[in-house]
Amino acid sequence: MAAAEAIVETREIEKYYVQPEGNRIEVIAPTNLAIYPEQILALLGPSGSGKSTLLRMLTGLVPPSAGEVRWHRSPQAEEQANVSIVFQNFALFPWLTVLENVEAPLAARGIADVDRRKRAFKILDTVGLDGFETAFPKELSGGMKQRVGFARALVVEPDVLFMDEPFSALDVLTAENLRGELLELWTSRKMPTRAIFMVTHNIEEAVLLADRVVVLGRNPGRIRADFEVDLPRPRDRKSRRFLELVDHIYKVLTQPDVEHAPPTGPAARQQAAAGQAPAYQMMPHARPGGIAGLLEILIDRGGKEDLYNLADELAMEVSDLLPIIEACSLLHFIRVQEGDVEITPEGKVFAEADILTRKSLFREAALQHVTLLKQIYNALRAKADRTLPDDFFSDILDEHFSAEEAEAQLQTAIHWGRYAEVFDYDAKTGRLHLTEG
Amino acid sequence: MIQPTPGPAAPSIFEQRRPGASWADLLIIGLGLALFYGVLTLARTWLGPFTPAAAISERPSALAGYTAYSLLRMAVAYVLSLAFALVYGYVAAYYPKAERLMIPLLDIMQSIPVLSFLPGVMLAMIALFPHSQLGVELGAILLIFTGQVWNMAFSFYSSLKAIPTELREAARIYRFNAWQRLVRLELPFSALGLVWNSMVSVATGWFFLMVCEMFVLGKRDFRLAGLGSFLQTAASAGDTTAILWGLLAMVSVIVLIDQLIWRPVICWADKFKFEQIEGTDAPHSAVFDLVQRSPTLAWLRQKALTPLGERVNAHFVRRARHERPRQSSRWAGWVGWLLAVAMLAAAAYALLHVGMQFAALDRRESLDILRGTGATLLRVLCALIIGAAWAIPAGVAIGSSPRLARIAQPIVQIAASVPATALFPVVLLFLIGTGGGLGVAPIVLMLLGTQWYILFNVIAGAMGIPSDLKEAARVFRFRRSERWRLLILPGIFPFLITGMVTAAGGAWNASIVAEYFHFKGRTLQTTGLGSLISAAADAGNFDRLLIATVVLATIVVITNRLIWRPLYRLAETRYRLET
Repeated sequence: MAAAEAIVETREIEKYYVQPEGNRIEVIAPTNLAIYPEQILALLGPSGSGKSTLLRMLTGLVPPSAGEVRWHRSPQAEEQANVSIVFQNFALFPWLTVLENVEAPLAARGIADVDRRKRAFKILDTVGLDGFETAFPKELSGGMKQRVGFARALVVEPDVLFMDEPFSALDVLTAENLRGELLELWTSRKMPTRAIFMVTHNIEEAVLLADRVVVLGRNPGRIRADFEVDLPRPRDRKSRRFLELVDHIYKVLTQPDVEHAPPTGPAARQQAAAGQAPAYQMMPHARPGGIAGLLEILIDRGGKEDLYNLADELAMEVSDLLPIIEACSLLHFIRVQEGDVEITPEGKVFAEADILTRKSLFREAALQHVTLLKQIYNALRAKADRTLPDDFFSDILDEHFSAEEAEAQLQTAIHWGRYAEVFDYDAKTGRLHLTEG
Repeated sequence: MIQPTPGPAAPSIFEQRRPGASWADLLIIGLGLALFYGVLTLARTWLGPFTPAAAISERPSALAGYTAYSLLRMAVAYVLSLAFALVYGYVAAYYPKAERLMIPLLDIMQSIPVLSFLPGVMLAMIALFPHSQLGVELGAILLIFTGQVWNMAFSFYSSLKAIPTELREAARIYRFNAWQRLVRLELPFSALGLVWNSMVSVATGWFFLMVCEMFVLGKRDFRLAGLGSFLQTAASAGDTTAILWGLLAMVSVIVLIDQLIWRPVICWADKFKFEQIEGTDAPHSAVFDLVQRSPTLAWLRQKALTPLGERVNAHFVRRARHERPRQSSRWAGWVGWLLAVAMLAAAAYALLHVGMQFAALDRRESLDILRGTGATLLRVLCALIIGAAWAIPAGVAIGSSPRLARIAQPIVQIAASVPATALFPVVLLFLIGTGGGLGVAPIVLMLLGTQWYILFNVIAGAMGIPSDLKEAARVFRFRRSERWRLLILPGIFPFLITGMVTAAGGAWNASIVAEYFHFKGRTLQTTGLGSLISAAADAGNFDRLLIATVVLATIVVITNRLIWRPLYRLAETRYRLET
């Protein structure tokens, strides 16, 4: 594999937004990444790490701010890459039948109608949609719709098949079934594509399907780990090695500021975290209720639990669980070490307290450890009338985050501030008021 | 319909391919022939000698021909509107520089009443075709066009802007060419909005038909043979029988169009609804079912439409292949600049001109305009208040009782489809008989024309109030006042605002026909901005017309910005019922 030539590779591509004042908000730090033939590559990362942006830069949907994407060694602009995307929410045209949806990319390439029909029928047959040709997408279940998405993507025989969280809009059983069939097609070489690039936030999915896993960190997005999955297929989810890998990825994801050696394997490559440490503390988007809930569960389990077991037990996706873990650890309610979560004495007191005590404990911890809340608190106290418009803080956040993230940060801060009774927010006037007393 | 063919019944899919005619075919062929004949007749008249003031008969026997003339005019105006709306919306949606100019312009154009376009449009057309009827006919058509094009353009523009990113990305990643993007993505996504706006536009066309077919311009008298001029002539003569016949013809045509065109089109457009899950209540239309089963149409589609589409697509594919990576040509840049400069110059000139006109006003004239504006403002407010006062309770009653809705909905729909202007002579006769004057009558006309917008929106809003909220209100034993204050009014608020905005715009526009009227050989007029505009157009006093129009447009645009838009935003943020 190492000898094979990359189908597509990026050279220091990055994405940033320049603000009116000339400030640069970096979304993705300069990144080098290559996709090789005969490989399924899974890109993992927490929300906000720019997974989708990276995918869109690779496919040419979004131009990088700097750096370049090379297909077969030539710059992207010169060679129109033959790629397909399977979208998270299918992106089928609801007014076209299944057959018309699959034929559309061929028509765009000027293939005559007889030929078109033949190829479409063949690929529909391959993905198990025989007999559904004249159905409209809205008549199909989610799983069937995504099959149409696969058929449409594969009918052009792409060099690389890109998938943007293709199973996340499906229910658990349907997703599992579709994953199995995809893998079956891939291993039996019935899939007319040379490589697959999949964005996901599901760790198990990545380890189950991929030959290689790349983990992104965030703020700005950058590659934090890149290693090969050296497990034979079919893979056993309960095998020791499988669990080790899952555990390892959990560790990488939950300890954003620590570098990790890959578990083993000579092929494993490690890329030093590019870019500097995040300049501004980022609040994880968790709710106080979720924080308390997690702590209670930890106490039930003796105060310590393996992360992977915890997620498995709660049947939660890592994208849902991670922010809560991060929030707990930011408030010093838990310690995360080697993939284990352990409750701290403060966390224990918080979890066992009644509602009002919890609020005051939360307030204490938040004002001590959360930069943004501290800043808001101090700014409000500095004003004679103890009130400020939300725009004031939006402006501060805009210097560190993209517009959407800044908005999300403020929303979370308001949530926490209200719960901790640090300040109140009047949605009508858009002003924050310090809570007196 | 059922053929006594022996043997097993063929599956329904194959019915399409079965040769032989059905009722639908006869209908379609008949319609086609009628259209052909109509166009031929029209062409003959249009290319005929210049007869700006046709003698309008009051005999009911002439009605069939007049109706056909009016219908054709409406059809041509509608096709023009559609084409213009598509181009305008497309350009505004894809060229940000143009967008910044085109969307505010749309706002302004929408607030200018039809009559204000009249002198400009007419004189231009007559100058273009001085010796043929074509000029006057085109003028009338363009007038209808100015009444119906703007909302369609805006609808297409906002649909284009609302296309989900994933669909756009799919189109790009699968290399859709411009043609494919248009017919596979942009048009289908905009279809529903365009259909509903087309219905509104055509209704507006009927509303202003009388104005567009018969008017005075300075010393010249223009009458085009048509339903609108028939009604107006009858009204001028005070001939009640003729008015009633004309009304009957108009209402029947409107109901027929609704059944034969709009219902089937709505059925057809249902497949463009952007939904991932099949809805439960799809609209039904017997005509649509008939048309769909027609072998002739299936044959046409198979033999003509599909191959044509293939050819066009192939052309675009070839073009895309030869296309070099696009570099903005220097020429395009220059032309753009020149256009921008020319437009700015035109705008500056217009502003200067208007400013000079205003500066030249003497005290009396300024007072006239002020008084007129105040009077019309009062009337619009009255019409809105009265409309809301009855439409809110009625709409809530209809919307919250499915049984009542079944009975009331069709009646309301037919009542709403009658153009208020056609009813106006009857109303005037009645009001003059009872002693009410033209001071109050315009309010009645505004009400007749615009109350339906409020009613329909309130019905929709009341239907949308979730039943769990209603149950909560019952469980907590809300009194009637609490139920209205806490549940019903907030629930219908966004819909009410939408209805009121449309109604207010309509009422301002209606003032030009409501405050100035030729009736029984006299000209009835009352103080108001609308009558100022009408009188100025009649007298050919362009400066006066310009000033009054600018005042009217300014008021409409300002109220939209300062009153309706904030309310709209409030409705969107606080009173939206999220499920």
